[in-house]
Amino acid sequence: MLVIDNLTAEIDGKTILKGLTLTVNAGEVHAIMGPNGAGKSTLSYVLAGRAGYEVTGGSVTFRGEDLLAKAPHERAAAGLFLGLQYPVEIPGVSNLLFLRTALNAQRTLRGEAEASGAEFMKLAKAAAEKLGLPFDMMKRAVNQGFSGGEKKRNEMVQMHILQPFMAVLDETDSGLDIDALRVVSDGINGMRGPDRATLLITHYQRLLDYVVPDHIHVLMDGRIVHSGGAELAHKLEAEGYSAIAA
Amino acid sequence: MSALPTRKDEAWRYSDLAAVARHWPVAVEPVVVPAGETHADIVRATDEGIRHLAISIGAGGAYRMTILDSGRAYGRIALDVTLHDGADFQLGAILIGHGAQTIELVTTVRHVGPNSSSRQIVRAVAGGTATTSYLGQVAVAREGQKTDASQSFKAILLNRGATANAKPELEIFADDVKCAHGAAIGEIDNNALFYMTSRGVPPAQARALLTRAFLSDALEGLDEATTETLDAEITALLETAA
Repeated sequence: MLVIDNLTAEIDGKTILKGLTLTVNAGEVHAIMGPNGAGKSTLSYVLAGRAGYEVTGGSVTFRGEDLLAKAPHERAAAGLFLGLQYPVEIPGVSNLLFLRTALNAQRTLRGEAEASGAEFMKLAKAAAEKLGLPFDMMKRAVNQGFSGGEKKRNEMVQMHILQPFMAVLDETDSGLDIDALRVVSDGINGMRGPDRATLLITHYQRLLDYVVPDHIHVLMDGRIVHSGGAELAHKLEAEGYSAIAA
Repeated sequence: MSALPTRKDEAWRYSDLAAVARHWPVAVEPVVVPAGETHADIVRATDEGIRHLAISIGAGGAYRMTILDSGRAYGRIALDVTLHDGADFQLGAILIGHGAQTIELVTTVRHVGPNSSSRQIVRAVAGGTATTSYLGQVAVAREGQKTDASQSFKAILLNRGATANAKPELEIFADDVKCAHGAAIGEIDNNALFYMTSRGVPPAQARALLTRAFLSDALEGLDEATTETLDAEITALLETAA
């Protein structure tokens, strides 16, 4: 699904990713954990193609194609989804309009027929209901006035409507209370399947109690320094990152 | 309004004076909203030229004006509004400038009687080397107690070469009034742009959506059918401007 090979990237001339190698196969959930400043968010932005994040070496192959050659919207159409740590507020653009525009732009780029108004509303209603986001909030401006938890739920609703092959979720668990964490976890688990993969980026082991990953990687100073199974999360929580990396 | 204005005239300092000379002198068009009546107008300005409207709103009268100003090499709309006892004036204006256009809106709102209210919401988008300017004065006379006035101007510059000018001005002689104003000039929010593209919206479409959303403040409070009509016109205008 996703093959990252010896990836190096910089922001404003400062090297953040220093030779990151990672393979995520279809059907798998991987978690990347690591201390502040390790390059976790940089990795997610580089994968999504955010301007200002410059790839200086290495390669990323997504479903057999060169991901880095694509523009951000083309990456989305290819089936990559980035769940943001801080979802952006967009005053004046309703959630429904935003998502319908996004879904149909993706479909057009893939050569598929656009969703009709009725078809889209059905998708949107089902996703909102499944993730406990009042439908009224779908009519409101994107994330505007949403609480932290509601923003993250909204990310999950978007993911369910867009149905990506791969979701990269950057600290989707941060700032959530237990109930919201459960809903978000159910949202992630609901996307698990043999054709899909998830990359969770997180600080805490808490989320990994609900979404049990197949593999956990420790990212420090721009590289994966250690990999293991689901049990690694508890070890990290108990011993800290430096002990594991040593 | 007889002598041709020069750069030294405050109200004309951002004008295209060569164009002004072509359209000089300007005839003042009177607009009267009789006491107690409610009027609404939509002004679409597309041809080069200057309009100067002197608007008088009688006691208890209300006037809602929507301006869509775009597509002309030089365009200036000046409103001189007089509000009597308890009158209300609401202005929503959208200025779209592209190429080398100069688009100006100048408002003077005079609260001459008590208990009157006014609101100006002006949104501008400038691309190319266009200049959009808003000069807005609110003048509250000594008799204008309990005036409630607000003014908001925001502009987005689509290119480095584009210009937006804002000149808010309050002149208050009454001591029991509420007058608020704000002006901001910026660019399209890059965070929002990235967010939208990361969901699959192509950049040009994302920019158009964000720009339209930015302008929509000026349409606030209009009925749904009017909003939809204007929205479609704005979308078409933005496509030509892009």
